[in-house]
Amino acid sequence: MSLTAFVTWVILPLLGLGLLITFIRVVRGPSLPDRVVALDLMATFIIAISAVYSIASNEPSYLDAAVVLAMITFLGTVAFAYYLHRRSNA
Amino acid sequence: MRDALIALLLLGGTFFALVAAIGVVRMPDIYMRLSASSKASTLGASFILSAVALFFGTTAVTGKVLAIIAFTLLTAPVAAHMLGRAAYFCGEPLWAKSVRDELGGAGEWCKQHERPEELSSTVPDANAVDATKGDRSA
Repeated sequence: MSLTAFVTWVILPLLGLGLLITFIRVVRGPSLPDRVVALDLMATFIIAISAVYSIASNEPSYLDAAVVLAMITFLGTVAFAYYLHRRSNA
Repeated sequence: MRDALIALLLLGGTFFALVAAIGVVRMPDIYMRLSASSKASTLGASFILSAVALFFGTTAVTGKVLAIIAFTLLTAPVAAHMLGRAAYFCGEPLWAKSVRDELGGAGEWCKQHERPEELSSTVPDANAVDATKGDRSA
């Protein structure tokens, strides 16, 4: 089994499964912070998937998307936390 | 040999990412979910990205991978801390079986204090301290 086949048929489906499992918490999450936590984890999964996909397609450009996503995710989570904090004080 | 190492790193990273996903779904309150997701997902993403660096082996890719790993290691704890703090001030309830809440009740803190962003914990009375010590030695 070549590495490309292993990545395509084992690693990518497993990461996709993890993305779906995390999405359960986004749908069910009883409160807004629960959903923010799950969305943060989903973004990490997407970073991992784009990195793995760069192996599967032998194209390192997909890592650029991972770099940008890592930064945007942090900004998004901090903005959500700030919003939650302000909302609770108001 | 190198392919085997790459496959091993990918499997390890996927394992930790899946553990984080299962933890986020199965844990009983938001603070445990945060704990599960922030630590395990950082480790999983780092493993997978190092596998990518090993696969390509060029300086450009390795630099990008190191940048992502360093950035994740720096920002994931900060984001998790801010989120947990905001959730606590929102009054997110702790799990019913949690044994200790140093600030005395999630959400109550905001009602009792005019400036809730200044955090401090109160010293518990002597009986409470003794009870804790007894529990730990047992």
